[in-house]
Amino acid sequence: MSVTLKDVEHIATLARLSFSDEEKRQFTDQLNTILSYIDQLNTLDTSSVAPLAQVIDTENVLRNDVVVPGLPTERALANAPARTEEFFKVPKVIGEK
Amino acid sequence: MSASVTHRSFDRIRQDLDAGSTTVEEITAGYLAAAEERSSLNAFISLFGHEAMDQARQVDRKRKAGAAGPLAGMVVSIKDAISVAGHRLTCGSRILENFVSPYDATVVARLKAADAVILGKTNLDEFAMGSSTEHSAFGRVKHPQDPDLVPGGSSGGSAVAVAAGLSTASLGSDTGGSIRQPAAFTGIVGLKPTYGRVSRYGLVAFASSFDTIGPFALTVADAARVLQAMAGRDVCDSTSSSTPVPDLLSAIGQPVRGLRVGLPKEYYAEGLQPEVRAAVQRQVDLLRDAGAVIAEVSLPHSAFTIAAYYILATAEASSNLARYDGARYGYRAKDAHDLSEMYLRSRSEGFGAEVKRRIMLGTYVLSAGYYEAYYGKGQRVRRLIKEDFDKAFAQVDCLVTPTTPSTAFKAGEKSGDPLQMYLSDIYTVSANLAGIPGISLPCGTDGAGHPIGVQLLGRQFDEPTILRVAAFLEAAAPSHT
Repeated sequence: MSVTLKDVEHIATLARLSFSDEEKRQFTDQLNTILSYIDQLNTLDTSSVAPLAQVIDTENVLRNDVVVPGLPTERALANAPARTEEFFKVPKVIGEK
Repeated sequence: MSASVTHRSFDRIRQDLDAGSTTVEEITAGYLAAAEERSSLNAFISLFGHEAMDQARQVDRKRKAGAAGPLAGMVVSIKDAISVAGHRLTCGSRILENFVSPYDATVVARLKAADAVILGKTNLDEFAMGSSTEHSAFGRVKHPQDPDLVPGGSSGGSAVAVAAGLSTASLGSDTGGSIRQPAAFTGIVGLKPTYGRVSRYGLVAFASSFDTIGPFALTVADAARVLQAMAGRDVCDSTSSSTPVPDLLSAIGQPVRGLRVGLPKEYYAEGLQPEVRAAVQRQVDLLRDAGAVIAEVSLPHSAFTIAAYYILATAEASSNLARYDGARYGYRAKDAHDLSEMYLRSRSEGFGAEVKRRIMLGTYVLSAGYYEAYYGKGQRVRRLIKEDFDKAFAQVDCLVTPTTPSTAFKAGEKSGDPLQMYLSDIYTVSANLAGIPGISLPCGTDGAGHPIGVQLLGRQFDEPTILRVAAFLEAAAPSHT
């Protein structure tokens, strides 16, 4: 499989990244080089192999539903680029531009 | 104090402390001076100066009172992907340039509790993505022997901090080889524990099913000591294992007679620098001479490890790095008109090229229509690779391989060709796919005098066996620290 410049634009939109035309061309070439290397996996028949999502034999980990102190609000907000009272402040989500 | 004085193992430090000829304060001052003296290596992003000195004096007081922890006298630097409360955590990225950690990573809290002094934060490839420490927003790290060479990566700053005598030990993270490969390039010991052996709480997530934290040190015993202090279940990381942590130091000094040692034939195929092959072969000969049973084994899916890894690790990264959106922390682009523009511009201005490349690849392999062809395929191949190791470890107790196909390469040599950079991890990535522990230790030099690393791989949670073999090879080497 190979990607086109249009595919790269679509992936960039999904990833919330923007690129110059030059960068898009470069990414298209580099992604195709990497993907053509990755395509060697298709020489393996994995139809009877189950996917492996995690490597150690840990089962679901549960704990008692006990309230414990979390990160205090002030410390959680300390790195906020902008805040109002006890909230993170961001530009308008909807409405006029 | 010169770097040669600070370039010493914890055993020597403790001898000096016990003899009363030095103090933790003096040792810490020595490392700080050495780090300043060799600042051109660019190993550190931040040094803790006064705070480290305060901590050192506190450890001295505890020593006097006979109440010091097991790492009293050890001065440790921390890869800047791991949280130290109240200090910047940049991850080598503009996007986190001004982020201050609100809490200690579990590993840092445990090292402090063992009375290690925390010296500062080390440079790395941005978000731990790279094999050369050239991809840092804060400039590349230089190899201590030759500034034109890379120290390996992504934990290059940590490797250099230990190799150049700027810390007794250092914490790195290893997602595909980021501890073992720079340890090999700089001629020191680097230990990647079993997945889940060490809590990841406070480590910036790159690829969560692969990420591990481990130590760099001058000696195998020092690496074991640091791991001992950090390992074990942590309620803050549900993937940390409850498997009991054995006494790791007791593995050191035990004989290797009768131990079954496997040589995976696929790791000795073409593409291996002849001097690396010869040096690793000498280690095998040492083991055979000491009564270990050497056997050739096969890991038939070895050729597919890099391909599977770069699907799965980039997929996990694209998901993990979605959190950097400029809303709650990190860089926010100025004057965005709406939320989506804020996301787009903060991420595009904040991330570097290699991180963007991996987010793009990861987003692609997870996107509608390609998920099963890439991500699903990668997960199936991961099982095949893990089963290869299960079968090998039914026959042998550990594996001996080169850590890297070649010694340290020149800066700029691979940075323009991502695939060639990825292929430099060919012998290390498999341990992360299978979740097994691995250690790299120095085993000689090439014709130019650049270090060569030998890698030992063990069964999950069997760090003692690889430490035992590593300590044997270290003791058998012509000279060591």
